[in-house]
Amino acid sequence: MRRKAPAALWPVAGLGLAFLVLPLVGLVQRAPWASMGDHLADPAVRDALRLSLVVSLAATVAALVLGVPLAWVLARGTFPGRSLVRGLVLLPMVLPPVVGGLALLYALGRRGLVGQWLDRWFGLTLPFTTAGAVVAATFVALPFLVVTVEGGLRSMDARYEDAAATLGAGRWTVLRRVTLPMVAPSLAAGAALAWARALGEFGATITFAGSAPGRTRTMPLEVYLLREGDQRGAAVALSLVLVAVSLAVLALLRDRWFPARG
Amino acid sequence: MPRPLAAAVLGAAAVALSCGGDAGDGLTVLAAASLTEAFGEVGRAYTEETGVEVTFSFGASSAIADQVAEGFGADVVATASQPTMQALVDAGHVGRPVPFAANRLEIAVPPGNPAGVRSLADLADPSLTLAVCAPAVPCGALAAEAFAAQGVEPAADTEEEDVKGVLDKVATGEADAGVVYRTDVVAAGGEVDGVAIPDDENVVTTYPMAVVEGADPAADDFVEFVVAGEGQAIVRDHGFAAP
Repeated sequence: MRRKAPAALWPVAGLGLAFLVLPLVGLVQRAPWASMGDHLADPAVRDALRLSLVVSLAATVAALVLGVPLAWVLARGTFPGRSLVRGLVLLPMVLPPVVGGLALLYALGRRGLVGQWLDRWFGLTLPFTTAGAVVAATFVALPFLVVTVEGGLRSMDARYEDAAATLGAGRWTVLRRVTLPMVAPSLAAGAALAWARALGEFGATITFAGSAPGRTRTMPLEVYLLREGDQRGAAVALSLVLVAVSLAVLALLRDRWFPARG
Repeated sequence: MPRPLAAAVLGAAAVALSCGGDAGDGLTVLAAASLTEAFGEVGRAYTEETGVEVTFSFGASSAIADQVAEGFGADVVATASQPTMQALVDAGHVGRPVPFAANRLEIAVPPGNPAGVRSLADLADPSLTLAVCAPAVPCGALAAEAFAAQGVEPAADTEEEDVKGVLDKVATGEADAGVVYRTDVVAAGGEVDGVAIPDDENVVTTYPMAVVEGADPAADDFVEFVVAGEGQAIVRDHGFAAP
């Protein structure tokens, strides 16, 4: 049964929506529709789009692999300093992305804390590689996934897990057959948010991975570069492609996949 | 819940008041990123001499040109590229541009020059990690010009959006070398070392400055200060050459 909201809610909501949609309208209005085809046919653009999709998908997978256990620990674990740990996990959300990129350099760069050993022992360098772009994207996207999944884990009824355990299921089976399916909506929403964030990432990518065509120059970097090169029309065209792709995926997220209340 | 609400209202009021930003007195100058250190000092000197506050906003030449074109409320604009300035002149956004400085390229290397770079020709080595500006931006276009003139094919590992990006890569040791302006090497101080490019292999770029249409009258005075006054000496001190 739908509860009726106070009447004032609707116009304010409308204002909020207008605030978000107006810049988009501005973008569409300034788009070079006549030359759109030319802009999109440019191999540099297709390289950038392909790279963006590869990097954002890889970052989402990495975020899932690293983030779900982390979310579980934050939701269910009992250890001192849990709030501090949660704060640390959410830090990349508030860090300016370029600062995040610099921090990644200091940690994983050729002369970084850990990076120097990666270089010396394995000959592995992350900066200037596609893997580096994935690392940067994962760094900024991971907190979104953790926050969403932690929320889902906290709000699910843990008694189902207890019931499964009393029926003889081992811990791994409980996780696989009970917990994860029950938080599937949070997983989907968290993955979508992480993917969207990774797709739009700019500052950390360019600072940590650099900008080389076909290797690390993702769509946002390409857009910015086109604008730098006084090719504003092409930049707007590309931005619209990014918007269209993101909108398509996010709009496909069904309502019911968002975490249920309570 | 009165207390949290009161706190929120106070907080919002504080933010609103601090953002008031009266732009009436004082000049707003938009300048290319490579002018950051030099103009910072110029601004302080100008304020000391005239009492007029100067607010700077530094960025890539094309970004600040955008801002001027979209009516940012700037009084003076100084770019690192004449074509960018020309576009503003053609569109009627600025008055007549005046050249105030010139800059040359230099190779930046991490302190100690670990890769032993000696010349532009060395930068063709693919095993060297090289950072350059993307050809679409002024510093990149100049670098491409210099390479082409020497018949060198640079093996760039990253094409950054601006000089600061190149400098970052070199200063942190990620790149073995980067092509930047001479003034950037000076400004970076001990963070990077410089390998000079001989004048006959180098390219020169002239920096123009112009007053924006509808600017504060003090803007002309500021331009004069930079072109012919104490500002010029400061600009030279930072590694720029005469225009």
